[in-house]
Amino acid sequence: MTRVLIPAGALGLGYDRAALERGVANRPDIIAIDGGSTDSGPSYLGRGVSKYSRASTKVEWRELMQARAKAGVPLVIGTAGTCGADAAVDWLFDITREIALEEGMQVKVATLKSGQPKERVKAALGEGRLHALPAAPDINEAIVDDCTNIVALAGVEQVAAALATGADIVIAGRTTDTAIIAALPVVRGDHAGAAWHGAKVGECGALATTQPNSGVIQIDFDASGFTIEPMAADAAATPYTVSAHMLYENSDPFILHEPGGHLDVTRSEYEALDGRRVRVEGSKWVPGGYTVKLEGARIVGYQTVGLAVVRERRYVEHVREWAADVEARVRDKIVARMGLAPDAFTVEIRLIGMDATLGALENRHDIPVEVGILGILTCPTAELAAEAGKILNPYLLHHPLTEDEPMPTFAFPFSPAEMQRGALYEFCLNHVMELDDPLAAFVLETHEVGHA
Amino acid sequence: MPELGSLVSKVRSKNAGPFWLTVDVFCDDPATYARVRDGLKDATVAKLFGVEQQLLKRFDIPALNVVKFSVPRPVVQGTRADRDMHGAGWACLLEELQID
Repeated sequence: MTRVLIPAGALGLGYDRAALERGVANRPDIIAIDGGSTDSGPSYLGRGVSKYSRASTKVEWRELMQARAKAGVPLVIGTAGTCGADAAVDWLFDITREIALEEGMQVKVATLKSGQPKERVKAALGEGRLHALPAAPDINEAIVDDCTNIVALAGVEQVAAALATGADIVIAGRTTDTAIIAALPVVRGDHAGAAWHGAKVGECGALATTQPNSGVIQIDFDASGFTIEPMAADAAATPYTVSAHMLYENSDPFILHEPGGHLDVTRSEYEALDGRRVRVEGSKWVPGGYTVKLEGARIVGYQTVGLAVVRERRYVEHVREWAADVEARVRDKIVARMGLAPDAFTVEIRLIGMDATLGALENRHDIPVEVGILGILTCPTAELAAEAGKILNPYLLHHPLTEDEPMPTFAFPFSPAEMQRGALYEFCLNHVMELDDPLAAFVLETHEVGHA
Repeated sequence: MPELGSLVSKVRSKNAGPFWLTVDVFCDDPATYARVRDGLKDATVAKLFGVEQQLLKRFDIPALNVVKFSVPRPVVQGTRADRDMHGAGWACLLEELQID
């Protein structure tokens, strides 16, 4: 039997402290928490930085390090620093070292890095060991070369190797959401289907319970299944909350692909043990070839955005034609005055209040009270984007609907009204890479940290 | 005809990774589930999300009273043309769809 304590769906999101204490008192075998996701977009991977503040991360990580010391078991985090890039692992390692010194702790820390050299990815591409997943973008060597960061998603094998060093704390780069939870149960010979399924249910912390914000859950894995129990007093896991979690952020609610095989929960059975614990059996792990998924991000331009608000009724009623006119004039002026080729940049105005969320898919066409004018300029360099923003600015402020009317002035919320967004990143890989040796694409190191 | 959102407890759309979008329609009871299952036509849903029908994945899950759709994201998450980083806004399209 393996007891895994999961404090929250992600480090930085917060959790119920009393529930964490209860979890520690239950003598877990390991504490596991996820540190990231692609959900906030490609910029984090592209830059190799965390979405959450260093201050929040440090507060929560300190509490988890204290909980670990009290429990006397390993603490493992996957996808450190939102994106799991090597720089994000270094960032959390730095925080860990600070805390260890401040707390007078002496800990052994294993870092597992998932960053991929471009040469390795290009070699795999050339040798036919890179395979596109459904809806993957086309790739070639030049696109791989353009990536500012490429990571491979580690599975249980790599996390298990990090645990096998005897580390007190494992800081892993990009891993699958499930690997950090499934690793120890798999290594100890618990039911493999249960290990992966329980890990999937648990990876968002208490999201699979009636009190998602409480964070803390405990999962017991054994030879035939798993049992999930939330640690917050007022939270309950029910067969519905647990089984429905397979829907969450999964394109297929029954099959989950992982390094070395896939999980099939088609025949899983969910049973309420009491008012708050659920037992799950019948989940199946189907071994397959060993592949790891890759994620990569590259810079595709630099942006300046400008924001104005149109309130005057006549302008609101005619805002689409007004915006189309502004787009065309700004485009022409950028070509004429900055000398950019027409296909080297884009000018787009999104109408907040009209269809800024859904674009062409929007079906509602109500007339709003006011419309936010979000001008988006994408140029080859940051300097050009800044310059283009200054060409956009006077149009956002004063552009009249017709030639023969007094010059209008719209509401600028800021001075200046345009803002430098920096680099625009894109995810450019949705591929798996074949590996003969799971550890071959990852770098595992151990460090003694804190007071000797 | 009522809007779907007035019949069900929740319609949720989320990214399923940067390249896919998944939409879950949670019904409160088997009768509503059956009505929603039969009322939501694949062709209508594909058109609503601007994808080809053969790319639409559909899961009718009576055990949960859930109808789930997954589609390749109409625009890839975070690209220049993306308007909704987390994909949560697409749920409104289904919520406001009128069904029998």
